[in-house]
Amino acid sequence: MNVYGLGLLGAGISMLVIFEMLRRRRLREKYAVVWVLVAVAIAVLAIFPDVLTWLADITGVQVPANLLFFGASLVLLTANVQLSSEVSRLEDKVRTLAETIGLERLDRLEHEGRCAALLQRPDAAPAGTAPAASAEPRDERPERR
Amino acid sequence: MPALNEEASIGGVLAELALCEPPVDVLVVDDGSSDNTAGAARDAGAPVVQFPFNLGVGGAMRAGYRYALAHGYRSVVQVDGDGQHDASYIGALVAALGEADVVVGARFAGEGAYSAGRGPRRWAMVMLSAVLSRLAGTRLTDTTSGFRAAGPRAIELFAEHYPAEYLGDTVETLVIAIRSGCTVRQLPVAMRPRAGGRASQSPVRAAIYLCRAVVALGMALVRPQKVRPE
Repeated sequence: MNVYGLGLLGAGISMLVIFEMLRRRRLREKYAVVWVLVAVAIAVLAIFPDVLTWLADITGVQVPANLLFFGASLVLLTANVQLSSEVSRLEDKVRTLAETIGLERLDRLEHEGRCAALLQRPDAAPAGTAPAASAEPRDERPERR
Repeated sequence: MPALNEEASIGGVLAELALCEPPVDVLVVDDGSSDNTAGAARDAGAPVVQFPFNLGVGGAMRAGYRYALAHGYRSVVQVDGDGQHDASYIGALVAALGEADVVVGARFAGEGAYSAGRGPRRWAMVMLSAVLSRLAGTRLTDTTSGFRAAGPRAIELFAEHYPAEYLGDTVETLVIAIRSGCTVRQLPVAMRPRAGGRASQSPVRAAIYLCRAVVALGMALVRPQKVRPE
């Protein structure tokens, strides 16, 4: 197998894997786009290697393969930075969620405590008729503030 | 009160706060402790916000300020759960809120015995207080103190922006407050030695601390300004 065949094979396998992951919902489209573009670029370079030589000529790179490596590492670097920023954003969301869960849990406990206190008051209905007792919002004490 | 694995000490700290004059409402934020901190705090009668996992001091503080904002509190005092902060200063901190939005309980300002050690850790402290004092237009000697009080404007601000980054809970919040137009003052306080031993003083760690402090302060200064509607 020559080097172009290898490139084509790599591009083809990448495309297949991405397609399969999309199909199984393991990858969201917004992330798939970049990798499909990369695979297409690899395929183009494999079929028309002259494109690479031409690009190396205008950029003044003596060995075309070096231009390829340079471009590839830039693409990978960009992808990594993008993912790091995505993770940071997610961490921020998770933090806000965890805070909210903690606050909501406290709210619920306090609410349950107030309900229990209401039900246990002597003038309230016996515990057996809980729905009737809790259906009297006017009975509730004013918010402490 | 942010608390992380303070099961042993939190009951005593809460008992001390209950004797506080004027009386205060306490909210404990359990930052994902692996021990029974939340249970111990509930047994002592304090409401507890419990996180499902550890978020860092910044997360605990922001949740506390969100609670204060939602329940209409006009002043908030941050107190550590390890008993390091003396509750008898709370009244003075809150009283000082009359002329400032944020009041920092400072360890080096005359009262109490506390030294920052020497070497890089000390340089970091000196650098932080020099820069922040200049920004705040007042002398701030202990910028990493976690014993501080916040008034209504600061509560609103911190409920929205309380960074979880390294040193974000102390240094960066001061920068955020100052840049948003809040006034910051300090009040001398004595602090008790920490129950769990001192922070590491190895020179390498101190140097890393200095670098991180420089980065944290620098980033805080160049972050996009959080504009507050007046």
